[in-house]
Amino acid sequence: MTRLGPPLAVLLLGLPVLIGLLGTILPAFGILPALGGVTPSLAPLEQLLAMPGVWRSAALSFWIGLASGAGSLFVVMLFVAGWSGTHTFKRLQRTIAPLLSVPHAAAAFGFAFLIAPSGFLARLLSPELTGWTAPPNVLIPNDSWGLSMIAGLMLKEIPFLLLITLAALPQVEAQRGRAVVAALGFGRTAGFLLALWPAIYRQIRLGIFAVLAFSSSVVDVAAILGPTLPPTLAPRLLQWITDPDLTLRFAAAAGALLQLGVTLGVLLVWIGLEQGGAFLRDRVATSGRRFRHDRAVRIVAAAGLAASAGAVFLGLLTLAIWSIAGLWTFPDLLPQSLTLRGWESVLPRLSNPLLTTLIVAASATLLAVALAVLCLANEDRRGRPAGRAALWMIYLPLIIPQPAFLFGLQLAFVSVDLQATLAALVFVHLVFVLPYVFLSLSDPWRSLDRRYEQVARGLGRSRRRAFWTVRMPLLLRALLTAAAIGFAVSVGQYLPTVLIGAGRLTTVTTEAVALASGGNRRVIGVWTFVQMILPFVGFLVATLVPALVFRRFRAVRV
Amino acid sequence: MFKALALAAALFGATAGAATAADPDPRNWDGVVAEARGQKVFFNAWGGAENINAYLQWAAGELKRRFDIELVHVKLEDTATAVATVLAEKTAGRTEGGSVDLVWINGENFAAMKDADLLLGNAWAEQLPNFALADTENKPTIRTDFTVPVEGQESPWGMAKLVFFHDSARTAAGSLPTSSAALLDWARSHPGRFTYPQPPDFIGSSFLKQVLIERVEDPAVLSKPADPATFNEVTAPLWSFLDELNPLLWRGGQAFAQNYPAMKQLLADNEVDIIFAFNPSEAQSAIAAGELPDTVRSFTFPEGTLGNTHFVAIPFNAAAKAGSMVTANFLLSPEAQARKQDPTYWGDPTVLALDKLTPEDRARFEAIDLGPATLKPDELGPALDEPHPSWMDAVEAEWTRRYGAGN
Repeated sequence: MTRLGPPLAVLLLGLPVLIGLLGTILPAFGILPALGGVTPSLAPLEQLLAMPGVWRSAALSFWIGLASGAGSLFVVMLFVAGWSGTHTFKRLQRTIAPLLSVPHAAAAFGFAFLIAPSGFLARLLSPELTGWTAPPNVLIPNDSWGLSMIAGLMLKEIPFLLLITLAALPQVEAQRGRAVVAALGFGRTAGFLLALWPAIYRQIRLGIFAVLAFSSSVVDVAAILGPTLPPTLAPRLLQWITDPDLTLRFAAAAGALLQLGVTLGVLLVWIGLEQGGAFLRDRVATSGRRFRHDRAVRIVAAAGLAASAGAVFLGLLTLAIWSIAGLWTFPDLLPQSLTLRGWESVLPRLSNPLLTTLIVAASATLLAVALAVLCLANEDRRGRPAGRAALWMIYLPLIIPQPAFLFGLQLAFVSVDLQATLAALVFVHLVFVLPYVFLSLSDPWRSLDRRYEQVARGLGRSRRRAFWTVRMPLLLRALLTAAAIGFAVSVGQYLPTVLIGAGRLTTVTTEAVALASGGNRRVIGVWTFVQMILPFVGFLVATLVPALVFRRFRAVRV
Repeated sequence: MFKALALAAALFGATAGAATAADPDPRNWDGVVAEARGQKVFFNAWGGAENINAYLQWAAGELKRRFDIELVHVKLEDTATAVATVLAEKTAGRTEGGSVDLVWINGENFAAMKDADLLLGNAWAEQLPNFALADTENKPTIRTDFTVPVEGQESPWGMAKLVFFHDSARTAAGSLPTSSAALLDWARSHPGRFTYPQPPDFIGSSFLKQVLIERVEDPAVLSKPADPATFNEVTAPLWSFLDELNPLLWRGGQAFAQNYPAMKQLLADNEVDIIFAFNPSEAQSAIAAGELPDTVRSFTFPEGTLGNTHFVAIPFNAAAKAGSMVTANFLLSPEAQARKQDPTYWGDPTVLALDKLTPEDRARFEAIDLGPATLKPDELGPALDEPHPSWMDAVEAEWTRRYGAGN
């Protein structure tokens, strides 16, 4: 049974990407029989390049992907280097963890409501400190350099990178390493970066690639915070593919290939930066300087991290207030009146998207957990963990930019008449949920002391029995946490849902993002509130159930 | 566009239909009503506004109760989708039992459907009993939709007129612009306090048309299809106007509001001073909803602003033609029209002539409180005719080329 795990997972992760890429590449070169394209041609490419500002869009995607990835990693790296092993580290770590469950769209909306010239921050300071009675006329968000989008992306990438760094930390013997570099006279930050960071970096490298790929090809955050004249590449691709003018699909396919190129370009430049960074590190390490006074750097790093967490929390609070706000003019800090009008208008339309969200997220999560368990149990049977190739496979759907293979996958579903079915939607969510579930479950799984099971076997229990009565209960908390993460990932999916759901199956996320341009903050507030509460409930269950189940077993800790 | 739409048939294929049954004849109205009984009408209509959706829900209840018709509101984001569906069905040979029974339509979509023979003909709309009450004398757009003769292929539903809103607590009524030229002057002295939705948003494109009509040398050319050979020359005054106006806009013209609701939020936030909409009672509804302060008031240009009529039409292959006719006639009834004009429900101006109504029906309209933010019908000023639909496409494309891609 467990033998089936890995091939199933490879099939599930690799096949959609492969079919999807093929389904994108063929139309990009004019082959799409359903729309009359039978001979290969470069017409789609010409059509793409004739679109106004397409190069600028591509350049924006490149810049935003690179800058937000580099910025987030920089903050996380300095923070971990300067603070790991301290109390502040533990405290901030606990604050950051829940941020991972906030869907991208909700975080982006909250951030927009916070930083807009008429946003919560400006209201907080106006008119007393700023003298503004009208909002200042500055282009935020949607600024043409994408700075607000970069910041918005960093809000979500920082907690993600921090968590995968934390997972890698135990494997580098940080405590002893710190002692050694301290004995050599290095400052805390510099010593960590020189001695320990390289080993950590190797562990989190694929995660960073996933971040770079995501932020250079994201649609929902771009629709909320990104430039509009022109937008980045990915949202324009979505526009073309959903246009009633079907000839635009060829341009969209060619554009998806351009997107693939942009993302690969980001990754290549990144690999170059890695080389440069290594070179710099070696130069610094042998320069004889010790960087003992790193107080300022440490404070800036902690402040950066705290600010990103604070921005998300404050943004979500602003969203919640807007959802019940009556008239709320600038520069009033709070609404003049409260009303449930927003909720009343949304509630009748809420049930269908909510139900779809729950069904899809629950099914995809359940399947993903089952598959991850099969794969990990197979590792136990074989007696060695999966190798590097398997890890690349897991990260594949996260590193290939979504538009590049989802467009083709959509066509594939259309051709077998499965588009806009629940099964198809669950399947495509599973592709993105499985990697996160597997990554989250594999560490606790592998670090569980195998002697527990051996004892059970020694006492005469069958392998199966030992698995179900010893290993699974001991891993209950880890299983539920992995499930909660998978659930949150599914709830937050935008592009896969829009493309495969085709507007007929909608989730709270597609409904919320569809409102991005509308500017009705009350309705946006309601939808995003629902959107962020779902993953939160998931994590609540993951915390409460083990506490309840194990209330009589105080020693059960995983 | 059309070639593309035709291709839709290939992608979303359908089976060929049988011979056409006789269409219901609205001159025999009792027969139509009898045939409509028990029919299910799929009404394809833009579903982006809460109050309009609620109004249609009310209409569905009344139609069920009075005529045993089940009205299903298929909520569209873009009417072009319904046009594409019908075209795909026609291409696939589905000449009856189509999936669209009634569609909310005007302008370029109507022209497209009429051109491609996708609409029910025989001037059915002019034979509806309630059409006699329509104000065809004073509202010429009921018979000419964006310069295209209607010929009874769509039934009038409501009127639209470009009106501007401002907050009287911040801007004095006397200082407001009275024409597009005056608007440019006003923007010079109030930089950053005006914007328009980014074309091809419908409201944004309408603003471009308003400016074009005011500034074009010979407005008569706009009633004919746009000619690529003369397009640049005819529209040159529009672009020189925008070249000057755009840098004076909100955010220096580096970003635009994405649509009307976004612009409304900007007025509430005191980011802009003047906004505009296509529905004269929009401001009053927004005040009632707590979205705008109750000091917001309306104004128009004395020389006239863009005005048009919106309609409902029946595709040639509709499955429930009789039910659709009864629905169109009901939507045109004084009772339904009065409720529609009431800002509590929707606030969309009627297409009926009040002097053609019975005293009781007239009283329904006179009882409506439009609210202080809405201009009375006689204060709305002249309505400027829409240009031929082809101008809109061309102007939108040129706008995107000039301003839509950054620089």
